[in-house]
Amino acid sequence: MNAVASSVHASLKQLLHLADNALVLGQRNAEWCGNGPVLEEDIALANMSLDLIGQARMLYQHAATVSGGGASEDSLAYFRNADDFRNFTLLELPHASATSERDYAVTIVRNFLYSAFMLLQWEALQASNDAQLAGIAGKSLKEVRYHFRHSRDWLIRLGDGTTESHQRTQAALNQLMPYTAEFWTSDRPALRAPWDGLVNDALKEAGLLRPSVQASLPHGKTGQHSDHLAPLLADMQSLARAHPRALW
Amino acid sequence: MVVVVMQAASRVQQVWDALDAVPDPEIPVVSIRELGILRDVREDDEGLEIIITPTYSGCPAMDQIADDIHTALAQQQLSARITTQLAPAWTTDWITAAAKTKLRSYGIAPPHTLVPGSDKVIRFAPRHAAEAVACPQCGSLNTTETSHFGSTACKALYKCLDCLEPFDYFKSY
Repeated sequence: MNAVASSVHASLKQLLHLADNALVLGQRNAEWCGNGPVLEEDIALANMSLDLIGQARMLYQHAATVSGGGASEDSLAYFRNADDFRNFTLLELPHASATSERDYAVTIVRNFLYSAFMLLQWEALQASNDAQLAGIAGKSLKEVRYHFRHSRDWLIRLGDGTTESHQRTQAALNQLMPYTAEFWTSDRPALRAPWDGLVNDALKEAGLLRPSVQASLPHGKTGQHSDHLAPLLADMQSLARAHPRALW
Repeated sequence: MVVVVMQAASRVQQVWDALDAVPDPEIPVVSIRELGILRDVREDDEGLEIIITPTYSGCPAMDQIADDIHTALAQQQLSARITTQLAPAWTTDWITAAAKTKLRSYGIAPPHTLVPGSDKVIRFAPRHAAEAVACPQCGSLNTTETSHFGSTACKALYKCLDCLEPFDYFKSY
């Protein structure tokens, strides 16, 4: 592979990773639409999904331009299979906990851990050599600030709340924290210390204990996913695949 | 040559005039120009080009806005291609002062009505920069945020603790 082809490959890989992250979490969080614990949260989660899906669209459009060969945002989102997706495993997991099929504490903890990471990553990507990616980063940063603020508030509200809300949030944290190990397989180790700072500060305020990470490393970013991604994609992709040329 | 340049300039001006009153689909009391969504009108060898920018990346109104632009131009026998530009990222700073007044009288608190140094504390969220948003109904600063997220991506839900009216706040972005 020559230098230009190799740099296009690396850039495409990064764009698809970012786009898949946004799309998969956007789809996952949209499961709360019509099921939110209170109306305001139902609306909040739908709003955040809209932001994430909007970010995914911009990233897929850019990736389609970079890759060429007739790719489009729709072909990338709807016509790739689970093992082609490069999202973090954390983002495809269901909202389930040991005690509930759909546990809001799981949703909040995941959104908190991920939005803290993306806050730092979008900030850094504003300086990307790829002007279009830098533009997307500038736009997404403004949105992720609201996502971080929302999940941080709720983390504290639940962690510092009733005995039950505290226990469930701590359980969600114990369940999900090991998956964040995959954040640091990226080429951005410099983000780790500031991320630890954001996380530790909020956990302290919430009265939650940071679990030590001792699980095996997940590999969603290299296409090895949990069993939860394929059903999520099947649900999301079924309409486009049944009617491949359908237009809104 | 001079004549050609003047024609181009007047055609660009014609487009600005045609689009001046195109309303935002979700907040029809203000125009897309006043909100800062309509960024530029240009003309080159390929014809007229209109630059728009999304408020939020997932804003579902963008397709409607493009349709409304094409319709407004068609009424003046004009046509143009529409380009969506992301950078510089849209900011509520681009909303004109006149539009902020219109928003307020429409019942939406405009962005940037912050009171620096306010000791107002949002329940469960004591660490935030204090945001005192004036009630668009009675003007009271004794208001509270119900939710960061409202009926559209660009708004938050507030409630006035004096006149007890709920209202939308066009959040700073």
